[in-house]
Amino acid sequence: MHSNLVQYIYGIADNTLILGQRLGELCGHGPNLEVDIAMTNIALDLLGQTRSYYQYAAKLQGGEATEDTLAFLRNEREYKNVLLVEQPNTDFAYSIGRQFLYDVFHLLLLEELQNSPDATLNAIAKKSIKEVSYHKRFSSDWIKRLGDGTGESHTKIQNAINDLWTFTAELFHQTDADLDMISQRIGADVTKLKDAYYTEVSQILEEATLQVPDIKYFQKGGKQGIHSEHMGYLLADLQYMQRTFPNMSW
Amino acid sequence: MKNWPLWEVFVRSKNGLEHRHCGSLHASDATMALENARDVYTRRMEGVSIWVVPSTAVTASNPENNGEFFEPAKDKAYRHPTFYKLPEELKHM
Repeated sequence: MHSNLVQYIYGIADNTLILGQRLGELCGHGPNLEVDIAMTNIALDLLGQTRSYYQYAAKLQGGEATEDTLAFLRNEREYKNVLLVEQPNTDFAYSIGRQFLYDVFHLLLLEELQNSPDATLNAIAKKSIKEVSYHKRFSSDWIKRLGDGTGESHTKIQNAINDLWTFTAELFHQTDADLDMISQRIGADVTKLKDAYYTEVSQILEEATLQVPDIKYFQKGGKQGIHSEHMGYLLADLQYMQRTFPNMSW
Repeated sequence: MKNWPLWEVFVRSKNGLEHRHCGSLHASDATMALENARDVYTRRMEGVSIWVVPSTAVTASNPENNGEFFEPAKDKAYRHPTFYKLPEELKHM
């Protein structure tokens, strides 16, 4: 009976899980020690948020579901994250670009969600806002540094933003479960955040002396469980231990 | 990133205490130094305030001069206030 609410929670929590996993891949591989620690810090923030959402979703589902079964034992099609967050760490510019394009959206979403009458969602949103405000500060600072840095850094971040731009429209796509939650006033109507998102992103890109991409073709699918080819590899890494040694724990 | 200057980091662990030196890090400018310090030195709730100072702004004593700088103080025990009788109630001095 809670299936739409559970799907709605996946739509938020799968984003934080998959983005956290992508950032976690950089652990020990950051461009230098300081940035390495900063990015894995963000990964841990996102995983912490994911746990709160999954614990709630598992409780709503009842039965055998736990936060771990939701994270490790679902099939690819059952993950409802947007395509943006599963894009690979092609280079530092892509990691920063992906983070920036998600952080701006993430903060706008949480600011809405903190007003939800659903006490759990509302509490998770309130707790996460401080963390995500810092994520946005970190990624938008780096956008400006790379954009307004050397010729090479400018070219690299511009290319990353151009490539990732096609995934931004999906952030505002709503599934049937989303629409049901909005009609019950539990969920946030993200279509209302679209103008604020593109205004803010454009402002920061301009400050970074970057071009706002003029691309009208957008990709979507993640929210329906139709993912890019990168997702299978990511899940293979993420799920390996639980699939190989079921129920193992540390 | 290899050419980033070095910064000294000072963290105040709680209000009322002084900032203490806790280490150094690389950053291209002061803002980044502050953010890096936040992530490297305060992620386990070690602080409520951070200062960062360019390492080049620190003038340090030369270890070669340690003899003339520090050794003359060694035999001047009378500079410590150790010749007072303290009341018994006073602890932790």
